[in-house]
Amino acid sequence: MNVFFILFSSITVLSSVAVISSRNPVHSVFFLILAFVNSAGIFVLAGAEFLAMILLIVYVGAVAVLFLFVVMMLNIGVDEIKVQAKKYMFSGFLVALILLLELIFSFSNLDVIYQTSNSNFNKLSNTHEIGKVLYTEYFLPFQIAGCILLVAMLGAIILTLRKREGVLRQNITEQVSREKKDSIEIIKVGKE
Amino acid sequence: MQLEPSYFTILSAILFCTGLLGIFLNRRSIIIILMSIEILLLSVNINLVAFSNFHGNLQGQIFTMFVLTVAAAEAAIGLAIIVIFFRNRGSIEVEDAEQLKG
Repeated sequence: MNVFFILFSSITVLSSVAVISSRNPVHSVFFLILAFVNSAGIFVLAGAEFLAMILLIVYVGAVAVLFLFVVMMLNIGVDEIKVQAKKYMFSGFLVALILLLELIFSFSNLDVIYQTSNSNFNKLSNTHEIGKVLYTEYFLPFQIAGCILLVAMLGAIILTLRKREGVLRQNITEQVSREKKDSIEIIKVGKE
Repeated sequence: MQLEPSYFTILSAILFCTGLLGIFLNRRSIIIILMSIEILLLSVNINLVAFSNFHGNLQGQIFTMFVLTVAAAEAAIGLAIIVIFFRNRGSIEVEDAEQLKG
């Protein structure tokens, strides 16, 4: 087995275990970043260089930093001893263990049909290939993905926007709709 | 040495179960549950990319890109909800979300 695969996958699994088990949410975010960086390595091993870079940019650059920002802004602090967690410990481990055994059993008996790869699949670079397919065949889903991002951005802004008393705000419609006759007044100054 | 597809699938199975366990164990803070959901989506992405490679077509990688888009949108909306929840209640514990009597 490839030594890089062992390295990346073991660090990914260990750091994701650390994400769910660490008491301090800031440490969880750091381990989440570690997990994403190492799974970007796994993506490179699987031949998807473009997605590996996207994973680094989108997750490590944006989402993880957003998590870190929210964790630090909320000032949650270190969690106390998880008394509550004991109640769900047994059922959680049971469900996860059964699911893991099932998945490993079904995946290890899998006969993957090695299709003959497309003639030009490995000639062009991965980014080139994705670009050729994404803007032609998957054009409509691509646009819909953009709409999803727009809606998410608007939703996040509208959810967190709050109007406070005593804070001066810019009223753009009022500014734009000002007329000359409302704001300029000509005053005759008499001679003295 | 050639990487077998089962290596990737078993890795993604382990990651998926870790994320699932995270949802069960961290009943206190919502933010760790969100991180667990990110781990779940990551494991699905590893599966998609691995099978895209072994089948020799790009549909898996395109789909991974859409999963990444939706995951980013979900994280943004989820964190915004957490921020206003914290502003209203002063904590982000799951047990405090009781207004809907769920």
